[in-house]
Amino acid sequence: MAEILRFATAGSVDDGKSTLIGRLLYDTKTIFQDQMDAVEKASENLGSEGPNLALLTDGLRAEREQGITIDVAYRYFATPKRKFIIADTPGHIQYTRNMVTGASTADLAIVLLDARKGVVEQSKRHAFLASLLRIPHLVLAVNKMDLVDYSEEQFNKVADEFREFATRLDISDLTFIPVSALMGDNVVDRSEHMEWYDGPTLLTHLEQVHIASDRNMIDVRFPVQYVLRPQTEEYHDFRGFAGTVAGGVMKPGDEVMVLPSGFTSRIATIETLDGPVAEAFAPMAVTVTLDDEIDISRGDMLCRPNNQPDVTQDLDAMICWMTSDAKFEPRMKLAIKHTTRTARVMVKEVNYRLDINTLHRDEESEVLELNEIGRVTLRSTQPLFIDEYRRNRTTGSFILIDEHTNTTVGAGMILGVAE
Amino acid sequence: MAYELSHLRELEAESIHIFREVASEFERPALMFSGGKDSIVMLRLAEKAFHPCKIPFPVLHVDTGHNFPEVIEFRDRRLAEVGARLIVGSVQERIDNGSLKEEPGLNPSRNQLQTPVLLESIEENEFDALFGGARRDEEKARAKERVYSFRDDFGQWDPKNQRPELWSLYNGRIRKGEHIRVFPISNWTELDIWQYIEAEKIEIPEIYYSHQREVVERDGMLIATGPFNTLADGEKAYTETVRYRTIGCMTVTGAVESDADDIAKVIAEVAGTRITERGATRADDRVSEAAMEDRKKEGYF
Ligand SMILES: Nc1nc2c(ncn2[C@@H]2O[C@H](COP(=O)(O)OP(=O)(O)O)[C@@H](O)[C@H]2O)c(=O)[nH]1
Repeated sequence: MAEILRFATAGSVDDGKSTLIGRLLYDTKTIFQDQMDAVEKASENLGSEGPNLALLTDGLRAEREQGITIDVAYRYFATPKRKFIIADTPGHIQYTRNMVTGASTADLAIVLLDARKGVVEQSKRHAFLASLLRIPHLVLAVNKMDLVDYSEEQFNKVADEFREFATRLDISDLTFIPVSALMGDNVVDRSEHMEWYDGPTLLTHLEQVHIASDRNMIDVRFPVQYVLRPQTEEYHDFRGFAGTVAGGVMKPGDEVMVLPSGFTSRIATIETLDGPVAEAFAPMAVTVTLDDEIDISRGDMLCRPNNQPDVTQDLDAMICWMTSDAKFEPRMKLAIKHTTRTARVMVKEVNYRLDINTLHRDEESEVLELNEIGRVTLRSTQPLFIDEYRRNRTTGSFILIDEHTNTTVGAGMILGVAE
Repeated sequence: MAYELSHLRELEAESIHIFREVASEFERPALMFSGGKDSIVMLRLAEKAFHPCKIPFPVLHVDTGHNFPEVIEFRDRRLAEVGARLIVGSVQERIDNGSLKEEPGLNPSRNQLQTPVLLESIEENEFDALFGGARRDEEKARAKERVYSFRDDFGQWDPKNQRPELWSLYNGRIRKGEHIRVFPISNWTELDIWQYIEAEKIEIPEIYYSHQREVVERDGMLIATGPFNTLADGEKAYTETVRYRTIGCMTVTGAVESDADDIAKVIAEVAGTRITERGATRADDRVSEAAMEDRKKEGYF
């Protein structure tokens, strides 16, 4: 049974990220002949010798003209073992915002660096963002090994340097792989130049890394998304609560509590178009019916009476600010979307701004600007049903929306209830 | 006990979530339906999202007037089965009443003409969200497009000014006159679609399977003969065993030679194929590398 692995890639400009992705696609035979022809033609026009694999992932016209990637792009490939979704994020100015976006759904991050240069400020930033967004698995791909004579010593030096920095972060699974994206060593095919390396190739690692246990299967969380009331002859009294399971395992007969009302009932059935199912877990999209008639609407949440999320209007959270139109500052009012609830929040305080290069906490700062990250407190107009982001990436995350421009301006990761 | 979902079930769940989210947060959504395999899968996903209720929004077909008759027959039958209301935006009507002009040439493509008709249908019906069956694997410009793709009053897409999209939290806030194009199957590939059609035993128009058809070779593609196709001097029609990988206008959609007459054979063929579906069979996208990007900016699907 093939499952999906979503991963994000990060690297500084010219470390070879586009070449690496191109190599993965090319060596897994994902590239079609007409795409390859187009790349060869474009490579010739640009005067490069041989096809430039980096062009395979170069998207929009503006980027082709400027020779840079401007936004998050998604790529797909599959092997018999897994289907892969790559969130490809560019490595320059808008970096933080783009990487946070790409990382939000990723199971794994590949941080790429140049074997000659070793760990640079950007690599640290990328690793930090991966840990902030709680990507469970991190791969450090040490690229351009061909330019350091495939040296074990150099690889170890870079790996040690990174390991030492990583102790300051919360990363549960860290893997180092020496590669040459250009030559193809250890990307899909095992390198013939690095006998000393006995770990998996990048692709093998992507195929084997264990992700099933990354999802929360303990705390039942079911944000109600849509209420189904057919009112037809056949389904006369049917009242179904449709939604996507955000945590835990739900079964008919289970006792559930409805938030915010606090009423309890039991799950009668879990319905799908294909018939009822015996259990539902994240990220299944199902429809739940209950034994009792309780008034429930979108934005409510089902949980277990003995395992509830925090119900609060006061949020303590890490925020990534994503716009240059306005600064994030105290008393600012924004719309918030958290699970299926939409409310308004007021910014109470910026606790500190985090320097993502040094991890230094600047407690003097009262505001956050574009691409800055900080710990803040917010007060919402309605109670929200929250978990710590580290415990549940769905019930622990939210977005902030500017009510005038309607654009998404902030991404939030919940630490808990603010005092 | 391992709580794992197969890739098709996970993709399905993601799509259903998106359908429900839009139905909850928008006043007047509609589902764009072409009769092609992607929109047929979309229709199934919409059924799944709202069962046992009917799909709570209408279906919109922008009809170029150059459709395969098999596809129109299929459309009407399938929509009657699910009980969905059909709204047709007709390109032919607008050509007939003079508000649109057919492009010059022997067998003009009506692809460009779809955009104004689509935008007019959106305005007339005051749609605020339109579901489309585009996939990110189809084409480079699509790879960057959000699931919720914001469109201004003119229906335009601005690739440089897209809203960040995080987790499964979609931002559907718009002003009057603006709308969102929603792509619930963004993360599906061509192969996923076929595998899903097989797993779910979904009926699709028979022209997707191998059949005998009279065709003419044009620009390296096999184009069906028929009422909308005028043969140029020197072009010769002949009968070939073909099938379609995509379905669009009869005049610009190429058939591929194929013996794949059932779903398993089609999947084997797709898995082993070396040319993208658009590259192989859509003259409209081959014009230039940036063709799709330009059309999307103007409000195309
Ligand atoms: N020698 C060598 N060059 C590489 C390798 N990977 C990438 N490059 C080159 O490094 C340059 C930048 O690569 P690119 O993929 O565009 O970098 P990006 O900015 O990270 O996407 C290009 O000239 C590549 O050919 C590698 O493994 N070895």
